[in-house]
Amino acid sequence: MADKQTKIEIAVGFFMIVGLASISYIAIQLGDLQVLGQKSYIINARFTSSSGLRSGAFIEAAGVRVGTVDSIVFDPEEYQSIVYLAIDEDVPIHEDAVASIRTAGIIGDKFIKITPGGGEYLQPGEEIFETEPSINLEELISKYIFETEK
Amino acid sequence: MTFTPFTNTGLHIINLMERLGRAGIFLCTSCLRIITPPYKLSPIIKQIHFIGARSLFLIIISGLFIGMVVALQFYDALVRLGSVAMLGAAVGLVLVRELGPLLTALVIIGRAGSSICAEIAIMRNENQIDALDCMAIDPYRYIIVPRFIGAIICIPILSCVFIVVGIFGGYFVGCVLFGVSPGSYFGGMFDAVLWRDILMSVIKAMAFATITIWVATVKGFYLHLDPTAFGSEGVSKVTTQAVVVSSVSVFFADYIISSIIL
Repeated sequence: MADKQTKIEIAVGFFMIVGLASISYIAIQLGDLQVLGQKSYIINARFTSSSGLRSGAFIEAAGVRVGTVDSIVFDPEEYQSIVYLAIDEDVPIHEDAVASIRTAGIIGDKFIKITPGGGEYLQPGEEIFETEPSINLEELISKYIFETEK
Repeated sequence: MTFTPFTNTGLHIINLMERLGRAGIFLCTSCLRIITPPYKLSPIIKQIHFIGARSLFLIIISGLFIGMVVALQFYDALVRLGSVAMLGAAVGLVLVRELGPLLTALVIIGRAGSSICAEIAIMRNENQIDALDCMAIDPYRYIIVPRFIGAIICIPILSCVFIVVGIFGGYFVGCVLFGVSPGSYFGGMFDAVLWRDILMSVIKAMAFATITIWVATVKGFYLHLDPTAFGSEGVSKVTTQAVVVSSVSVFFADYIISSIIL
């Protein structure tokens, strides 16, 4: 009887270990759960349009991921969108860097591309002044068509 | 005589309502017994062994083949569009959002749900549950609670195992057999699958676990109240019903949960 009980316990233990391994694989790899806690700092940027950008979108500098979009809020006074960027702690951003909203491929997700500048580095909580809003292909095309018709 | 169609309809509806009400009260009673002490660990471990550990191999095999066939189908479709780089994203999303929880629940309904239902139905058939009542042993606490907890722990875990094995099955077909680059397979997948999708997967697995074990236990537990089920024939009848009802409810719940979350 004791032998059978041990067998059950071994099987349950094995099952639990396989299960926990799978759960942690899903959480860490697929869910981007940051176990070691990649530390980041927040800066903000104002865009005239952040259409299509979602919180959690990637921030790239020179094609490498350096952070994610923390949150997007609407500023009713200026009628602009304020995007809070969580940048990895070891990545400094110049104060005259340019943040532009781009699309990965033609139908891909929106992300923010940082073009480096020069001069001083931004401190946490400061703002990137140079921004380029998201480009709406339809708007561009309609502008082209309707302006040539005149 | 002219009222016969009405009488029949009314009778069926009253019967259905009675059964639904009984099942609802059964679920509430079980949940109440789960959260109130005393808690006993060893029967739960026995159920985890039965529902979880002994299904592990089955889940690994099913997950492997499902992952492989999903990758094969998507590879064939994506080659026509020239976007094979999306293979990882497609396989990952399909497995995490839909197939992982759904097929795990179906496999468990077939393997554990049917046998739990038959076991409880035979207990009822041989008046063992009444005997427990006579000895002042709460049949809910003794029979139902360990199975509920076991299923609710095991099915989400098995669903995770299914997804991970499926992803590597897809990797084998996509990358090893068809030469998709592993970087674009895994990179695309890790970028495409968000926390929201994983949360949906876990919510689905929990909901399916509850439905599966609820239907299996309630069908067996109330065998004696079904006027058309007698003896061993009754046991076979309620077991079939349990499998059918829980499968259909899982499909229904799958659509409802997806439409609420998306």
